Amino acid sequence: MKFIKKALVAAAFATAAVSASAQEQFIPLLSYRVGPYADGGSGFFGGVIDYLSLINASGGVNGVKLTWEECETEYNATRGVECYERLKKSHGGASMVEPLSTGIAYGLIDRVAQDKIPMTTLGYGRSDAADGRVFPYVFPLITSYWDQAAGMIKYLADKEGGFDKLKGKKIVHLYHDSAFGKEPFPVFEAYAKQLGFELIKLAVPHPGNEQQSQWLQIRQAKPDYVILWGWGVMNPTALKTAQRNGFPREKMLGVWWAGSEEHVIPAGDAAKGYSSMTFNTPGNYPLLDEIKKKVYAAGKGNMEDKSRIGSVYHMRGVTAGIMMVEAIRKAQDKYGKGKVMSGEQVRWGFENLNVDEARLKALGALGMMPTVKTSCLDHEGSGAVKVQRWDGKAWKAVTPNWVTGDRAMIRKMVEESAAKYAAEKKIAPRDCSKEG
Amino acid sequence: MQFFLEVLIGGLLSGIMYSLVALGFVLIYKASGVFNFAQGAMVYFAALTTVGLVDSGMSLWLAILLTMVAMVVLGLLTEKIVLRPLVAQHEITLFMATIGLTFFVEGLAQAIWGANVRALDLGIEDVPLEWLLESANIAVSQFDLIASGIAAALVILLAIFFSKTKIGRALRAVADDHQAALSIGIPLQHIWAIVWAVAGFVALVAGLLWGARNGVQFALTFVALKALPVLILGGFTSVPGAILGGLIIGASEKLAEVYIGPHVGGGIEGWFPYVLALLFLLVRPEGLFGEKIIRRI
Amino acid sequence: MLYREAGQFKATYVEDSEIFPIRQDKFGIALILAAAFVGIPLLSVAGILADYTFTAILTPFLIFALATLGLNILTGYAGQLSLGTAAFMAVGAFASYNFMLRIDGMPILGAFILGGLCAAAVGIVFGLPSLRIRGFYLAAATLATQFFIVWVLTKVGWFTNYNSSGVITAQKIEMFGYTFDTAFSKYLFVLSVVTVMALLAKNMVRTNVGRSWMAIRDMDMAAEVIGFRPMRTKLLAFAVSSFYCGVAGALFAYAYLGTVEPEGFSLDLSFRILFMVIIGGVGSILGSFFGAAFIVLVPIFLNTFTGFLENTVGIGLPSGISSSIELMVFGALIIFFLIVEPHGLARLWQIGKEKLRLWPFPH
Repeated sequence: MKFIKKALVAAAFATAAVSASAQEQFIPLLSYRVGPYADGGSGFFGGVIDYLSLINASGGVNGVKLTWEECETEYNATRGVECYERLKKSHGGASMVEPLSTGIAYGLIDRVAQDKIPMTTLGYGRSDAADGRVFPYVFPLITSYWDQAAGMIKYLADKEGGFDKLKGKKIVHLYHDSAFGKEPFPVFEAYAKQLGFELIKLAVPHPGNEQQSQWLQIRQAKPDYVILWGWGVMNPTALKTAQRNGFPREKMLGVWWAGSEEHVIPAGDAAKGYSSMTFNTPGNYPLLDEIKKKVYAAGKGNMEDKSRIGSVYHMRGVTAGIMMVEAIRKAQDKYGKGKVMSGEQVRWGFENLNVDEARLKALGALGMMPTVKTSCLDHEGSGAVKVQRWDGKAWKAVTPNWVTGDRAMIRKMVEESAAKYAAEKKIAPRDCSKEG
Repeated sequence: MQFFLEVLIGGLLSGIMYSLVALGFVLIYKASGVFNFAQGAMVYFAALTTVGLVDSGMSLWLAILLTMVAMVVLGLLTEKIVLRPLVAQHEITLFMATIGLTFFVEGLAQAIWGANVRALDLGIEDVPLEWLLESANIAVSQFDLIASGIAAALVILLAIFFSKTKIGRALRAVADDHQAALSIGIPLQHIWAIVWAVAGFVALVAGLLWGARNGVQFALTFVALKALPVLILGGFTSVPGAILGGLIIGASEKLAEVYIGPHVGGGIEGWFPYVLALLFLLVRPEGLFGEKIIRRI
Repeated sequence: MLYREAGQFKATYVEDSEIFPIRQDKFGIALILAAAFVGIPLLSVAGILADYTFTAILTPFLIFALATLGLNILTGYAGQLSLGTAAFMAVGAFASYNFMLRIDGMPILGAFILGGLCAAAVGIVFGLPSLRIRGFYLAAATLATQFFIVWVLTKVGWFTNYNSSGVITAQKIEMFGYTFDTAFSKYLFVLSVVTVMALLAKNMVRTNVGRSWMAIRDMDMAAEVIGFRPMRTKLLAFAVSSFYCGVAGALFAYAYLGTVEPEGFSLDLSFRILFMVIIGGVGSILGSFFGAAFIVLVPIFLNTFTGFLENTVGIGLPSGISSSIELMVFGALIIFFLIVEPHGLARLWQIGKEKLRLWPFPH
């Protein structure tokens, strides 16, 4: 009984302590550091936390300190929703959420709209959420799958020497047999028709740890390129199986979930020469040095393995952190500097982001990510991608400039799909001309 | 024809890899009637421990040896802590206990070694055999060939162990009838401990080969899914069944994916082996080599 | 003393065939229902319980309990092990979505029932092998259901209304002009459905049908000899079980997640529901609720607890390690409970009742 009393007292103190720190800007982190996808989760969320720590070490956003709490989701939708619900009201209220999981993001779409908390989905989730009129609280920032697919075709065309050179070529779309893998179908199909290349779609069933039959089919078809739209263990397996069947990795181009150290290291030598998409340029930046100096030197770094600082997932996490903080900053510009922003105010910030080159330079991240300019209509803000190649030790950028595909075509598809969603859900899209 | 042969050979070699995982299930089920769900987790644990030790500067062989010790200890502890108190319980309860064990082992592996994905290099190059590629234009992986060699050696070793040694005979007696074995003085718990240790060893071999094939990561636990159709086809209690089942499943799933897949949208490998095994079971409910089920009232 | 049925006489057949023949049980159920329908809402009005409790704990708990109930009918009562639960849930969810989408003015409950019936039909087809195969062979064979259904839902665009992301977005739950859109109203909706279906199940298992299932489970040959038709009985079990799972799947999509992809109904979910059945108690309606509570609540509790340790006591571990340790503790707890009570949590409750019957004079 005594123990229970003690625990109750402690719990009371805990809640008191929490409410005392309500003056801080709270960001819930639905992370996953255990389970099948822990490798990516630990890198990404480590990156986010490192950047937030850096901001705090430099005095916060106009003096407002950031605070966060992690909640383990194991990449599981039910756990993720529970985490979101648990954290959304704590520490004075969540100002945004980034689950880094398609399943969890789907589970949150309705909830964030109801709770007025913006959700970012950096490089995953519904492509059509880029239409801010229908999805006011969802931000697939930087690039969606469709823009990425268009970017891939653009890159391959550039490599061949022009769009017309793709005529008669054979491109294999080797995809994870799920909604994720099927998402770029309409883009690839449209391009195949327009440019006259042959598109061969090969499905790999989940989890993708066995691909002999797909690669024998590829060997038989002798394609010019293989697009690897993979996820998790499917990626190293694809690289290994490609080697086993003598398919050159130089002709393989991966989606960005197939383009991190975690996917090529397990494949060993088989990965050399393989390239993938990314929305970060690999390399070192003043910002990363600052993180090492101010955060890691002070013993506050989040990555246990320091060699992973600046790795693809970590950098993606830092990028997400930049987006979060810039949205808060933008919101403060409008709603009062040095104040804690509500979810709705941060949403406005996300919708009016303008991270241009000057801003990136000031952050010490010039070139690390594309410039982002969002609006009520466009919640994506960029659509630019880069291609990187694994040289056996590190990722190196292949394209010096950012690549964008046919954005007008993608935009049309986004609007069609979003309109269909709105009709199904009976949502009246916002009128963007009335948004300030 | 050349393509058909290529697919067939590729399938057979993959099938051996499935058999390797299935063997671990068979060993434990045969001796103690436990469907060990944790086999996949054990494969992961073994591979991760080996590669973790190698990464910390140990030589490969020493690391394998130490992992072997760790696997035996894990097997012994499992037997002692988890299964002994549950002796004579319903098989569903035992199955559930091994699921608890799965969570525990997965957590343990990641707590010790972290969630990072690692590469495991056994020094066998995973490239197509050149002479075969040149002479018949058939791509067969050198690694897969060696892996099947290892698997075959393992099976022969196990077969000798089961049929020629005293422990092996005791094992078979236990598998036949616990009560009768106990009554003629076979120390049941010793036998189970040995079985768990051997299953740990099989998990290590599977972990090394699969780990070298696809990288050492959490997804190694999923290889168990590839072993299940092999088990239902070959029978839960038969070592040769696991081998033959693996070959059949491997070859047929590849042929189906290549020749039927394109007509229905592809990706049928996920469920095809199960349906195949299911159809087979409808004809022969005890599997290929499973013991004939005689049921009395 | 507290739980003594002595002296409760049944004078009529109607009394004799009540679902809860013992007065204490009746009282207990009434109390639980009152608490769930009135007490918890009152607490929420008083502001003690936040939305969090409804939307993140109680609603998923009830939905999983319903799916567990479905699987328990099949596994616990009819003795057929299945690993295809999530697939049946998916059929329920996707079918309900399509009924709502394609038929104008479809009432939501009608769509759920039709969705459940679709799941039942699929259940009958995939239950056919159970006539020949048993035990773990059948369990592994039901994985065919799991993979095949998810594959079909991914492949055939019609099921998702050709959504480019391959997901379905559940329509609003509307009844009699009222929209169930708050956490609390969704909870009440789910609670009502689950209560009705649980009582139906409780009743069903003691009828002719339920008894035939148990006969088949205990020894199918013997059951056949004494006149139960195994085909009809087993397939009926598959149908009823799948119906429950289908409705649970529809609730999962409509009252909980909102937008779901076919992969949301993965093998992982099937396994989790099987865990709930075994931990709760095979062959127990009440156990289904216990099991669901255990599997839903324990990880949340562990996660909150480590957070609590970190924030107040100051024992902080690197997040990766603390997540791994949570997983280990979860696994160890499962093993511990099985060793303490191999027949599940429901059995513990039974032992408790036995104790209450004798209390305070156990000898």
